[in-house]
Order: sequence, then C-alpha cells, then structure tokens
Amino acid sequence: MLKIENLHATVNGKEILKGIDLTVNAGEVHAIMGPNGSGKSTLAQVLAGRETYTITEGRILLEGKDLSGMQPEDRAREGVFLAFQYPVEIPGVGNVYFLKAALNAIRKHRGLDDLDAIDFLAYVREKMKVVEMDESFLNRSVNEGFSGGEKKRNEIFQMMVLDPKLAILDETDSGLDIDALKVVARGVNAMRSPKRAIIVVTHYQRLLDSIVPDHVHVLADGRIVRSGDRSLALELEKKGYAWIEEEVAR
Amino acid sequence: MSRTASVEATDWLSRLRTEARARFDALGIPNPADENWRQTNVQAVAPFAATVAGPASVPAAALNALPLALAIPCRAVLVNGRFDETLSSLSGLPRGVRVTSLKTELAESPERSETHLGRAASVENAPFVALNTALFVDGIVVTVDAGVDAAVPLHIIHVALPGAAAAAIHARTLVIANDASQVTVVETFVALSTGKYMTNAVTEIIAEADARVTHIKIQAESLEAWHVATVAGHQARGAQIFSHNVSLGAALARNDIGSRLDGPGAACHLYGFYLVDGQQHVDNHTWLDHASPDCPSWEMYKGLLAGRSRAVFNGRIVVREGAQKTDAKQSNKNLILGDEATVFTRPQLVIHANDVKCTHGATIGRLDEESLFYLRTRGIGKDAARNVLIRAFADDVIDKIPVVAVREILVDTLHRRLERDFRGIEA
Repeated sequence: MLKIENLHATVNGKEILKGIDLTVNAGEVHAIMGPNGSGKSTLAQVLAGRETYTITEGRILLEGKDLSGMQPEDRAREGVFLAFQYPVEIPGVGNVYFLKAALNAIRKHRGLDDLDAIDFLAYVREKMKVVEMDESFLNRSVNEGFSGGEKKRNEIFQMMVLDPKLAILDETDSGLDIDALKVVARGVNAMRSPKRAIIVVTHYQRLLDSIVPDHVHVLADGRIVRSGDRSLALELEKKGYAWIEEEVAR
Repeated sequence: MSRTASVEATDWLSRLRTEARARFDALGIPNPADENWRQTNVQAVAPFAATVAGPASVPAAALNALPLALAIPCRAVLVNGRFDETLSSLSGLPRGVRVTSLKTELAESPERSETHLGRAASVENAPFVALNTALFVDGIVVTVDAGVDAAVPLHIIHVALPGAAAAAIHARTLVIANDASQVTVVETFVALSTGKYMTNAVTEIIAEADARVTHIKIQAESLEAWHVATVAGHQARGAQIFSHNVSLGAALARNDIGSRLDGPGAACHLYGFYLVDGQQHVDNHTWLDHASPDCPSWEMYKGLLAGRSRAVFNGRIVVREGAQKTDAKQSNKNLILGDEATVFTRPQLVIHANDVKCTHGATIGRLDEESLFYLRTRGIGKDAARNVLIRAFADDVIDKIPVVAVREILVDTLHRRLERDFRGIEA
C-alpha cells in the first residue's frame, strides 16, 4: 500500500528526515515511536503534504503512485488521511458543511456522485455512534470549543467518514484520559481492514495496548533505527529511549 | 394663517442652510492635517464638491436590471439626488407610514421637519454635512407614526448618473420613528453610467422613545466615485437603532456613522462590512455618544481587503458624565488577502463616568495557514478552502442583516467577487 523510499525532508534548510525507508502493506498497522524531536511528527506531516517541509530526496508511493509532488487535497483524494496531533479550530465553518464538502470532493475523485443530504446524515450518524459523539457536534463549528478528547474523537470520526486507504494518526493519544483513549482505540480498531494501512505515531506505548500494531519502528534523528514487533514497544516502555539514542550515537 | 406658517418655515430653513454654508466655507474640504481625516485624502473632490449634479432620467428597465432594485417591493428612487416618482413604488405602505420627497415635504408641510432636520447630524465639525445641508435639492423623509410597525422594509435607491463634468450629489434622508414605532430602511447607492462624481449623503435617524429603527446602507457605487456619507442617529429613552453599513464600491468611501444615546435604556448596534480590492480606499469613522445612563452599544466592523486596497476604522465612544452603567463593546476585524493591502484601525474612548464597561478589540490578519492545511488534508481544494474561510470570516456580520433579500444578494456578491476579482490577486 505505502512505500517510502529514502525520504529526506528539510524545514528552513534544516534536514529533519534523513533517509526513511518504510513499507506498510494493506491490512497492517505500524507504530512509529521515538523520542521528542526524532522527526516522527514531521514524517506524518510530510506524508500529508505540509508545504513548510521540502522533500529533497526520495519518494512516497501509495499503491505505486508518487505522492511527493502532490498538493495536500490531492493526496487526501488519493486516500491519505492525517489525524492531527492538534486539530484546528475553525470558527464559522459548520461540521456538517465541512464534512460534506470533504466527503463529496473525495467521492468525486473516486468517480462517485455526491451524497444527498439524507443519505449523508444517515451515513454520518452511523459513524458517530462508534466514537460516541453526540449529534449536536454536527451543528457546531469545526472543533470550536471542543475539549481535547472531543477533538481527537472528531479526528477519528472524520477518518471513518472519509474512509482512507492510508490513515496516519499523529500522537492521537496525547492529552487523552483513559476513557477517551478507549473510545479512540475502538474507532481505530473498527477501521482496521485488509484494504487499509494504518500508521500510528506515538511517544508512549500506552495506546498500543489497545491498538495492537503488527510492526513497530523507532525513529531517532530522522532515521528508522530499529524495527520489530510489538515487543519492541514494550521494551521501550521499560527502558526508555536513552539506550537507543546511545546505541545510535555509537 | 397658512401663509404666516409658511414664512416662518422658510425662515428656519433658510437660516439653517445659510449657517451651514457659512460653516462649510469656514471649514473647507478637510486635508490630511485634520485629525479626523489623517488617513483619507479627499482633496481631489475640492474642485467640484460644492457643485450640484443636474437632473437626469433613468429608464426603469436599466434600474430594474440591478439585483437589488426589485428585492424590496416598497421603493423610493432618487436620481442625482432628486426624487423620481415614476421609478418609485410606494403604494403598498402600511397606515401610519409616510415616505415623501423632502422637497415636497419642505414646500407643503415644512413644520413636520423643522425640529428634526439637522438635529442628529451636526454641521459643527463636519464640512460635508454642512455642504449637504446647504446644497441638497431633495431627499426622502420617512415618518412612522407612534406605535406603528412598518413591517415591510422600505428601500431608498440613490442612483447616480454622472455627466461629462464631475459633480456632487447631496442626497438627504430623514427618518422619523415616533414613540414605540418600528421601521426598517435600506439605502442603496449605485451608478448607472460611467464618469467621475461624488456622493455626499446625509441620513438622520430620529428614534423617539422605545422606537426601533433598522438602517441598512449598501454602498455599491461605481469605481470612479467618491462616496462621503454620514448616518447620524438620535435616540430617546429605550429607543433602539440597528445600523448595518456595507461598503463595496467607490474609489474612495468615507462613512461617519453613529448615534447619540440620549435617553436611559437606549441601545445602539453598529455593524459594518467592507469588501475592497484594487486601489479602493474605505474609511469608517464610527461614533457613539453615550449621553444617558443604562445604555448598551455593540459595534462589530469586519473587512476583507485584497489587492492594494486600504481600510481605515476609527471607533469613537464618548461616555458623558452621568452616563453610568454604560456597556459599550467594539470590535474591528480585518482579513487581508492582498500582499499590499493596508489597514489603520483605532479605538478612541473618551470616558467621563466611573461605573461603565467599555471593551474594544481589533485584529488584522491573513488567512490562517493551519486552517487552510487542515481543510486541504480533508480533500477540499485550495481555492475552495480559502473561500470557506473567507465566508466564515464574513458570515457573522452578514448574518446580522435582518432583511433576507439583502443578505442573499450580499452573499451572492461576495461569492462572485471571490470567484473573479479576488482569485489571483492574492500572491
């Protein structure tokens, strides 16, 4: 599904990603872990098409199609979804309007007709139940006045509505209490599918108790320095990141 | 008997106009050294500001082709500042509501206007009000009897038909809402031919006790126009004024809009929306004169600036001695779409009472990159995302306009301008 080849990216001339190679097959969940400043959030942003980063080398292939020169909206239409670490509040833009515009833009790209208002609401309500969102959310502005937990749930809800091929969750667990974490994990697990690849970016192994990854990668200084299975995450939990950083330095 | 009354009336009117002329001659056209005109240079109108545009006629079809012309059934049309009865449509007015030509009113029953004309709009430090008072040839008087709810909005359409030489149109509007009456007046300014001209409009709103007046001003003049306008309210106890000031056209537009809260419990709402691009210049000077206790005021002005346009906002709030429990809220927000657009914004609070609440805030910003990126990662295209955010910015002030037809036309105008003019102007 996703193949990242020798990806280098800079911000203001400073290199943050220094050659990432990563393959995520359809049906798999990969966790990307690493200390602060290792480049894991940058990787998530670069995959989604953030313009502040410049890709200086390498490719990002989604089902063989190179995303690296594409606009963020074109990537989304190709099936990339980024759940933001800090979802943006957009006063004055209603959730319904926003979701409908997004869904129909993506459907159009897939050669599907716009959903009419009734079908759209029915579709959306079904997804809301999974993440325990109240219907009143629909009438509010995008993320405006939402609590931290509500914002994260809204990200997962949007992911469910937009049905991406590749979902990237950027520190979705940060700032969540244990109950909210469970709801979010349930949403993500419901999205696991043989037709979808999921990347979970996280600092802590906590989220991985509920969203069990097939593979775990450790990022340090812009490179993947370790890959393994779930036990790697548990090891990190026990020993912290220092030993890996030391090992890399050596 | 009637002859005597008429002579007295002529006396007060000619005195008013003579004094106004003297006042203008003393003040002259303001120059940028004048504190109130520092950011807005109107020297270009000096050669013709004191002229009076000649009469002209407009075919009804040309007028009716304007989107707003038929939006409101009751309309009074002025062409170059003169009432045009054939273009107007005032048959559907409810009982207790009179809409007449100011010229006719002053000729036939001048006593009705005597106490009100010049009451809200002072000529004291206002050269253009002085000039208008001295030179207006006609205008519109709206009178609503006590206790009457006019129910349907009234539309005053000011049509400019500039001639070969630049001239000035001094339109005068007087709205008299007697005790506990209600009325909505929409004033639209348009041009139906090319050519340079100046509009120098003065609207006075007299809101007697517990009256409620909504005034919607839509300035859609040609891009060759200079537009200078004063909207001045005078509110008695418990009276409410809702002012909506929409500025879309003109090369240069200057509005002086405000009200004197002259009785306890009077409330004033000032809303403004401006949309400028290219070389357009818009200046909104608002004022609220809190002269009585227990009066709230709300003020929200929002602007979209593209190209090399300039906007000025000056929000003056005076709280007089004894005007305790004044609660005044002011905000001015600007969204800059063009790289070379400029905004000057300034609150000006003068407070002589101790138990008052006055808040103000101003912002000048660009479209939020985070919000744009967020929308785009959801599949919404760049231009669409931009327009969504611009609409979100403008919506709350547009939504305040209580006349649906006006709101719809405005949203439509905004859409068209976002599609055409504004796209590509942003670097």
